[in-house]
Amino acid sequence: MGCILTFVEQRGGVPRKASLEALSQARRLAQGAGWTVCAVLVGHGVKDRAAELGAWGATTVYVADEEKFAAFSAEGYAAAIVAAAKACPPAAIFMAATITGKDLSGRLAARLGVGCLADVVAVSLAGDHVQAVRPVYSGKALATVDGGRSSPVVVTLRPNVFPAEAGGAPAQVVELPPVEAAIRSKVVEVKASEGGELDVAEADIIVSGGRGIKAAENFALIRSLAEPLGAAVGASRAVVDAGWIAHKHQVGQTGKVVSPSLYIACGISGAIQHLAGMSSSKVIVAINKDPEAPIFKVADYGVVGDLFQVIPPLVEEIKKLKQE
Amino acid sequence: MKYCVLVAYVPDTASIIKIGGAGNRIDEGGIKWIISPYDEFALEEAIRLKEARGGEVTVITYAPDRGSTGLRECLARGADHAVHVVGGEATFGDAFAIARVLAAAVQKAGPFDLVFCGIKGVGSDQSLVGAMVAELLDVPHVSGVVKLEVGEGSLTAQRDVEGGTEVFTAPLPCLVAAHKGLNEPRYPSLKGIMAAKKVPIQTWKPADLGLDEAALGWAEATTRWLKLELPPAKAGGTILKGEEDPAGAARELARLLRHEAKAI
Repeated sequence: MGCILTFVEQRGGVPRKASLEALSQARRLAQGAGWTVCAVLVGHGVKDRAAELGAWGATTVYVADEEKFAAFSAEGYAAAIVAAAKACPPAAIFMAATITGKDLSGRLAARLGVGCLADVVAVSLAGDHVQAVRPVYSGKALATVDGGRSSPVVVTLRPNVFPAEAGGAPAQVVELPPVEAAIRSKVVEVKASEGGELDVAEADIIVSGGRGIKAAENFALIRSLAEPLGAAVGASRAVVDAGWIAHKHQVGQTGKVVSPSLYIACGISGAIQHLAGMSSSKVIVAINKDPEAPIFKVADYGVVGDLFQVIPPLVEEIKKLKQE
Repeated sequence: MKYCVLVAYVPDTASIIKIGGAGNRIDEGGIKWIISPYDEFALEEAIRLKEARGGEVTVITYAPDRGSTGLRECLARGADHAVHVVGGEATFGDAFAIARVLAAAVQKAGPFDLVFCGIKGVGSDQSLVGAMVAELLDVPHVSGVVKLEVGEGSLTAQRDVEGGTEVFTAPLPCLVAAHKGLNEPRYPSLKGIMAAKKVPIQTWKPADLGLDEAALGWAEATTRWLKLELPPAKAGGTILKGEEDPAGAARELARLLRHEAKAI
């Protein structure tokens, strides 16, 4: 019988949604195999919330609650997870493939001398081997990867892919003794983006603009559609390179690879690098005046037309539907 | 200051991917190879630091024979030394094995004050090797850097995270994994291209680093690619004509998204 230890990322003591998705997926796997699920929570002033993680599948939550963990450091957090792993000990260590998770997983895996199945979109157990499917070549292909020779294997799960399911008794909380950690590289300041802007990597709905919006100021039109949908604003590489919007909005091979439940591409022709970054979205909508644009090949719904004439009535219609 | 840049030589981002080999690799026929776009930011940053403060830039790649072409390009852009660890077939896709080879090469070619790499190679897309190399070298790292200031014996770096920016500090030596936004990479100059031809490339095999590549390969791989597939092709979607009645098409689109796709 194995155990899956899930690292739960928190901000201000609140577990992140992507971590709850990872924890829920750990529970689904464990239930099928008769394994157990533990969690590890690292931070400062976080232990009061630890028992709640039982609702997401953890039977035991290891807590490293120390001042030195108030700010993120890959070295410190890896040391805390290693301490939890000694107490557990797990066959697999799960975490969300967020920016923190991607940063931490490499440090942790190397410290344990094991491999990592990174940014997976499916994960299963083949006997005692953890196997996963992960997009490679920016989603142009899918690799099935076996982590069987790594004990424990580190797995990072792509946000927005695995459902988070609540339900379960509070977890048993185990406070770890003070963790010894050499922390050299660490966060000294966190600046929130203006207006708490939603990140494309975490968003459930994304509205993206490309060259067809013609000018930087026309991102206002994209935002007008994003706003009633509660969507994040994405962009093609062309408009990022033109300086119309910051790189963090870029979707595609040299930007972010996303899989939201709804992706609306406005004035984006669909270069292979862009398609690679969004084609795993559940529902794809394209609005483009060129009927031959490659984006229509991956679109579930498309409107051939001038986005300046299509988006305003679309915004009105969506606002109406939202009020029903 | 001595700077090291780790570069990956990957399929051009415009490549069409086909499955080849035993069904767990890409078909390399017709692929054009490029320096991974994120590694270009890493290289540019190292060259700018050298130009501003003096020092030397060494580029290291772990790749089959073709990797030397990528190293020449790095030299043409302004790197001073190049190390080619020839191999990579056996350890394909296993980030930890790759990190072990690169860390050993950095150790042999070093010491360095700063080691740069890209946030990911656009290929296996793992974003793992940088942090793994740092751990194996026992140095700190900062990943996804979009702004860097190097001081005396320490650095300050910024990265974008979901909903904000994190500012890091770290002492040197340190590994920095670069992200887009850090700088605007230069193109090689003709003079640089000519000069680069005369620079000898140091060639090592993993065995020269005290590592047996075969032993790092399939038998010992921490992760193994069992199968590679193309994503399922999408069925044709519903295309609405919005040239003449954009408002009508917009209403129909909203209706479909609400009632058929249940996406809004």
